[in-house]
Amino acid sequence: MSLNEEVELLRNIPLFAKLEASKLKLLAFTSERLTFQPGQSLFRQGDMGDAAYIIVSGEADVIVDTPKGPLKVAGVKKNDFVGEIAILCDVPRTATITAQSELTTLRISKDLFFRLISEFPQMAVEIMRVLAQRLEKTTSDLRDTNARLRQLQGG
Amino acid sequence: MEKSIYTFIIKYSLRQQIILTVLSFASFVPYYYYLTMPKTIVNQGISGKDITFPYNLLGQELSQTTYLLMLTAAFLGLVIVQQCFKYSINVYQGISGERMLRRLRYELYAHVLRFPLPTFRKLSQGEIIPMIVAETESLGGFIAESFSTPLFQGGLFLVSLGFLFVQNWAIALAALALYPFQLYIIPKMQRKVNLLGKERVKAARRLSDRIGESIQGVQEVHAHNTARRLLSEFSQRLGDIYWTRFEIFQRKFMIKFLNNFLQQAGPFLFYSIGGYLAIRQQLDVGTIVAAVAAHKEMGAPLKELLNHYQQREDARIKYEQVIAQFDPDGMRDPRLQLAEPDKIEPLAGELQVSQLNLADEAGNALIENVSFQVPLESHVAVVGNAGSGREDLALLLARLLFPGKGKIAIGGNDIAQLPEAVTGRRIAYVGASPYIFNASIESNLFYGLRHLPLLPRQYQGEELKRHQTHLREAAASGNSTDDPAADWTDYAAAGVEDMAGLREAGIRALRIVQLHDDVYQFGLRGTINPNREPDLAEAILKARAAFRDKLARPEVSKLVEGWDRARYNRNATVAENLMFGNPVGDALVPERLAEHPYVLQVLDKVGLTDTFLKLGHQVAATTVELFADLPPDHEFFQQFSFISSEDLPLMQELLGRASKERLGELKAEDRARLMSLPFKLIPDRHRLVQFDEELMARIVQAREVFASDLPENLRHAVAFLDREKYSAVATIQDNILFGKVVYGQAQAAEMVSGLIGEVIDDLGLRNRVAMVGLNFECGIAGGRLTQAQRQKLAIARCIVKRPDLFILSDATLPLDSASQGKVFEAILEEFRSRGIVWSLQRAQLASRFDRILVMRSGRLVEQGGFDELDREGTHFRELLAQE
Repeated sequence: MSLNEEVELLRNIPLFAKLEASKLKLLAFTSERLTFQPGQSLFRQGDMGDAAYIIVSGEADVIVDTPKGPLKVAGVKKNDFVGEIAILCDVPRTATITAQSELTTLRISKDLFFRLISEFPQMAVEIMRVLAQRLEKTTSDLRDTNARLRQLQGG
Repeated sequence: MEKSIYTFIIKYSLRQQIILTVLSFASFVPYYYYLTMPKTIVNQGISGKDITFPYNLLGQELSQTTYLLMLTAAFLGLVIVQQCFKYSINVYQGISGERMLRRLRYELYAHVLRFPLPTFRKLSQGEIIPMIVAETESLGGFIAESFSTPLFQGGLFLVSLGFLFVQNWAIALAALALYPFQLYIIPKMQRKVNLLGKERVKAARRLSDRIGESIQGVQEVHAHNTARRLLSEFSQRLGDIYWTRFEIFQRKFMIKFLNNFLQQAGPFLFYSIGGYLAIRQQLDVGTIVAAVAAHKEMGAPLKELLNHYQQREDARIKYEQVIAQFDPDGMRDPRLQLAEPDKIEPLAGELQVSQLNLADEAGNALIENVSFQVPLESHVAVVGNAGSGREDLALLLARLLFPGKGKIAIGGNDIAQLPEAVTGRRIAYVGASPYIFNASIESNLFYGLRHLPLLPRQYQGEELKRHQTHLREAAASGNSTDDPAADWTDYAAAGVEDMAGLREAGIRALRIVQLHDDVYQFGLRGTINPNREPDLAEAILKARAAFRDKLARPEVSKLVEGWDRARYNRNATVAENLMFGNPVGDALVPERLAEHPYVLQVLDKVGLTDTFLKLGHQVAATTVELFADLPPDHEFFQQFSFISSEDLPLMQELLGRASKERLGELKAEDRARLMSLPFKLIPDRHRLVQFDEELMARIVQAREVFASDLPENLRHAVAFLDREKYSAVATIQDNILFGKVVYGQAQAAEMVSGLIGEVIDDLGLRNRVAMVGLNFECGIAGGRLTQAQRQKLAIARCIVKRPDLFILSDATLPLDSASQGKVFEAILEEFRSRGIVWSLQRAQLASRFDRILVMRSGRLVEQGGFDELDREGTHFRELLAQE
């Protein structure tokens, strides 16, 4: 895949959608394209985060360790951006991500990520927007869940 | 050492000084005849005065012409004789000067090796080094002529004076009249110059100390932005030297001025007073002229004497100042240091410490009245807070420090009285910051086994003669006559018979300290000479085949792209693909391949020149597009760019000039600039340009041409890749891989190294590879190793020499916690029946020891087993609680 194709791909990811083409090209050039075989993990829960990944193709499971053993909580697919929480907040990985099919990713190292954010404020704003949207979604989910819980308890 | 330079000279070079003096005076004889000869030639040979021809010389009748020729021939002969004298005097002076210099430096260095440790807290290497190297330099020259010059010039002076007395005693006295004044005033002025000279020497020393410190602390300089302050301080020190030197030469020239003036005052007196007397007819003119001439004659040697006097003062100061620094209190006894006992018995019995005291330079007690007694083979832990004296106690036990009062005895022998041959071989010590020498891991590992030359090196023929000459010369300067090229390794001490056995033992020690994996990795990245180790090369070729078989498994088959002469390797650079081999020497280094005329010729032949130009243009255009906005010092340039930030504007400008279609019309240097870019491309890593099948096929074609057309003079500049042959220039790992680890596969490198490990283990090669790793160079102060690796190596160095008593002081502190525990246990296990004294930072670790010594403020406050001490109210409990 050439650099231009990768730029197109990055443009489809909401986080990068509004970045200039030249910045996307630099991001594509400086990030590492990494392929995972089925069963290989991008990272494991509890590891310290050193990179975030953009899924270029394939699918992966998000798995959380529970007292009863590993539990699949979600799946990620093409154009998803994963692993940014751990490098943003310096907390250990909150879940394990394991490739389900052959998985192609763009690996953006922590250094690179911060450099991009600090140098291209548009990107920082974009990330804030995406995170805020996620927070809003989580909050509304929580509200729904609370409502359901109250209903269950009340009923 | 001798306190004054003259004692030193007389003690070690009296014979040379006498010979030199005799030679100097002997040279007088031909000199005298050489001076009188012109007169004889003119008067007798040419003018024929006082002589009749034919002249009868020893029964031979000589005509005037023959006689003249004979005289001139004699003149020439005298010139030669006189120059021969001069030559041999100079050479002999040179030899004796250099010998004395060599001796002095050797002595000083030997003294440094005997300094007590605390001296190095006050005296830095920046001061010591120039003293031994630079300051002694001028002494050699002075020493050579220290006796002959004053005697010779003094002799000349006395002869002239005597001559004058014979001629006319009154005039002689007159000529002498001014000298008392000269002799009084000049030494007085010289004294001030001497003081300044001392100042200058000290200032220069401080300067080099400063430079040394800046180099060692350069990290701090950058980290704290103090360069400007350093420059200012340095400037001030340079200023000090400048002003001192300025004053010195002002005064020196003033002395010269005064001296010359007094010298010329002589004729003034002769002409004025003598002239006055002559006018009054009390003196005849001839006498005045003779007096002036004699005075002048005396002037030349006097000037030489004065010069010598100044030099002597200079040399004396330098010598005395250097010597003063090299005689600190508490120097190690040279007899103990170099003595070689007939037989060194293992240490055994009780380790008995009684009333031990140690104080620092200011007299503060570091260790006070420490006494204890344990069997030597027991394991002793020393615990305590910082400043409790536990480190000093360890240093005392290792005899690196000498106690102020009290005694340490092992088996009844006071270790202070034991030769270093015993303490240095039967006791091992490793502290928290051991030193790793700038040599291979092997040299560092076996450092503690090299005490004396055991197996002399055999020399033959010319080499033997040269060796003997060198030995004689070393002996003449009182230097060591041990041969560094001999085999110094004490195999028996390590319990082995030869180097092969020792390497095994070394690897074993590295395993104990958990360094063997690192060394194995160094080995994989090392190279071997297949001619010297054909069996290893063979085994690695087997590993290559086994590795290829492993890659047949589908889950790992994509991890490595193997070399195939008929196929392009997408994970290698274009340069590597084109050359299909490793460069030998620097004729064909990959970075400059694009500039090589032969490579350009190959590209031309297969019609790739235009393609490469276009590729280059494409790479340049994309790079400029990507990086143009970034500041020039941006990290991305170093990490990712094909074009450095300095070259970027140049490239931008080039791209503006060159349209893509008309690249062929560019100037040669612009073409070269573009051509060089594609050579660094790795298709699967840099996605800058598309690599289609056709392009790759063409490069493979170029590869064939490159190999078949290779001219004779480049034959040895490249080692072509060959599936069946071991490549001496490639690393062991590359020889096994015979390909490239692919880009873009997650964990490819780890998995490949795992596979290589499997292959290596299957073939039983791990230790052999680790032995190659022993050749890894550690760098200056071990700088190419991590701190933990240095520490482990230092511990292994102690294990290899199998001491009876192993003293460790916070020795595992720099290790990460996982390996710290393993190393700790492994060392205790290795020394199960031998003695250990371990100064521990963590009291908790002491549970594994037979006896615990608890130190507090230099005193031994508690001792006993762990359970005994771990109770309410003990200092030990406090220490445990602190953790």
